Formats: sequence, C-alpha cells, structure tokens
Amino acid sequence: MKILIVDDSLAARSFIARMLTKQGHECVMASHGGEALERLTSEEVIELALVDWNMPFMNGLELVKAVRANSRRRDLPMLMVTSECELERVALAFEAGADEYLMKPFTDVELSSKIQLALASRAGTK
Amino acid sequence: MTSISEQDFGFLRTFLREQSSIQLEPGKEYLAECRLTPVARALGLKDIAELVALIRRGTSVDARRRSLEAMTTNETSFFRDVHPFETLRDHVLPEIVRARAGERALNIWCAASSSGQEPYTIAMVIREHFPQVAGWRVRIIGTDISTEMLRRTREGRYSQLEINRGLPARLLLKYFERQGLEWQIKKELRDMVDAQEVNLAKRWPSWPIFDVIFLRNVLIYFDVATKREILGRARKLMRLDGALFLGGAETPMGLDDSLKRTQAGPSWCYRLAAASPAPQPLPRTA
Repeated sequence: MKILIVDDSLAARSFIARMLTKQGHECVMASHGGEALERLTSEEVIELALVDWNMPFMNGLELVKAVRANSRRRDLPMLMVTSECELERVALAFEAGADEYLMKPFTDVELSSKIQLALASRAGTK
Repeated sequence: MTSISEQDFGFLRTFLREQSSIQLEPGKEYLAECRLTPVARALGLKDIAELVALIRRGTSVDARRRSLEAMTTNETSFFRDVHPFETLRDHVLPEIVRARAGERALNIWCAASSSGQEPYTIAMVIREHFPQVAGWRVRIIGTDISTEMLRRTREGRYSQLEINRGLPARLLLKYFERQGLEWQIKKELRDMVDAQEVNLAKRWPSWPIFDVIFLRNVLIYFDVATKREILGRARKLMRLDGALFLGGAETPMGLDDSLKRTQAGPSWCYRLAAASPAPQPLPRTA
C-alpha cells in the first residue's frame, strides 16, 4: 500500500516510514499540510495518509478538512498520528473527518492495528 | 543459553503442572527466565535459583503466588483478533437477546480474562449495538488465576499503548476517562464486569448458566486430560442455545463431541450439538 506520511519532524517521518516499509508498504513524505495536498494532487495512487497535528503552514486538522472538502480525494482514509492526547482533541479530529486516531508514542503493533481500523472505518462510510 | 539450571526448570514444570495444570514444555527455559526474573527482583532475591529455593521451602505463599501469576499471564488487547467480536455482534447476540426478551438477563463468562480487555470489549459491543438491553441484568464475569490481573480488571485502567492497540478511538472517546498518564474505563462499563479469581484446573464457584462463554487462547496451555475436563465443565454451564468461543488455534475435536463448530460471518463459535442450527444475521439496531 502506498502511504503518505505528513509530519514536520524528519525523525518522526523516518521512524514511521521504517515501520511501514518493514510491513511491506511504500511511503511518500510531506512536512506540512500544504505539501501533503500537493502530493495528493500529483500522486493518485496514495491509499492512506498518516497525519500529525501540529505542523507549520497548514496543520493536520486543516489538512483533514481540506481533503474531505476535495471532491477527488474526499474518500482517502486518514489516520491522525499525534502526541495530542486530550479527549477534546480526539473529538475535534473525528469532527473534521479523521478515520482513526493514534497517540504517540506507539510501536509497530499499535500502528498496524490503527491502520486496519482506519481503513475499515473509511470502508464503512462509503 | 539461560541461567536456569536443569534441576530448577524441572521443579518449575512440576510446580506449574500441580498448581495450575499448565504444561511448561522442555525448551521453554527462556520463558521461565523472562517471566520469573522480575519476580525474583521484586522479592529482593539474587536470581531465579533463589526464587526456586524459596518456593521449594514452601514458607512464602507470596513467592508461590507471584511466580504462578507471572507464568500464567497471557497477552491480550481490546478487540483481540477482531472477527470473533463481529460474529458475536452480528450473529450470536442478536439471536440470544431476542430469546431473552422475557427474562431480561444476559450472563457472559470470559475465562482467563487477564487485565480485562476482553470482558470490557464485550461490554462495549453490548452498549454500542444492543440498546434494547438497557435496564436488563447484564453480567459479564471475567475470571483469571492472577490477583494482580483481577485488580487491574476491577480498576479498568490502561496505559496509552494498551488503548492504542485494537481499540477504535471513537470508543475511547465514549467509554474512557483520562487519569493522568492512563485511561480508565467509565464506571457504567466497570459495573457490568465482575472480576473473580478462578483456577480453571481446580474447583469453580457456583455460577449461573451462561449465554456466551469466551474461553480463548487458554486451553493450549493444558494437557489433554485437563482440556477435556475444562471443556466438559464449560459445556455444562452453557444454555442450550448458548455459544462458546475458543481461540483460533483451539478446537474441541477429539475432546468433546457434543460441541459443534458453527461458522457465523467472518468467524465461528461452538454450540451444543442438540441446539438450534447456525444463527442467521439479524438487522442491527444501532
């Protein structure tokens, strides 16, 4: 599966990409929401986006809203991957259109589990 | 290479078999080392050899209990393996809930429920998908051999890693409260789960007859005679139209012929051979 990792931290992007590559996925990266939108416009085959919350220029919440408002990519499964751990934040992410929510820190087991839940959740909304 | 002597490992195998009927196979020295080293340290002992010596002397109930608990604690997570809970939600519970409309009661048993994720998963499935049982007497009994696991079940507190594993965040939002660095399941769900200490290989308390029994990933630890005994006793505790869930790698075949595998949706359960045919999915109410 081709997965877009959106995070302003190079270390976080690399950490997640290493886990996903080991699981057989292909990863593409973006360091903020605006760059992610460009990627999604030019790379049709991206099947899932992992989205950090706090990023410069366009944050993760704004990115989720922008994708859901985009008629061509509105069905993209999106998983928030963030250190924001307040329940209010989780609720906001779902209101914006996120399919699942993973709190940092995590291991490859939790990442894999949440990816399955995000894909199932998005499939259930169609 | 482990630090457990052959003699000590032999003693531990006998100790486990006698106390819990659990089979510790030769070659599992690493497992004993990995589980018992923290116990030895917690008791202020130098190594496992000292722990074994303490258990042998029979003077420390605490050492015996902690060692037994450490060796019998199993992996668990919310919605572990996913599909059995879909079968429960879409096939088993709709039929049973309809049949119990007069009694307005549900009795469910989760054996070897470890830190409680399985009984709480079932509680969430009931709350989410069966609003018609609000006001019924719903009792989910979670049993384990470990007092530490039972304490955790009663508290219903989980680390961030535990709630990240298998639990849809929408359910976190609905049924959990943040408690410092941990998450606690809300009282309304904790009240549905009754945690009880039970050694499956020994005497069981007197219980009601169960509508659903989860006996997953625990039989694999017992010898054939004990598996047969446990399955036979569990079967006698099942309602005629009840359902038994075993682990994916477990089967009653050759142990109890009165339990028949019933495929229902993505997974399967076991029903009494004399009971009704395979359950059909009913429309969900929520």
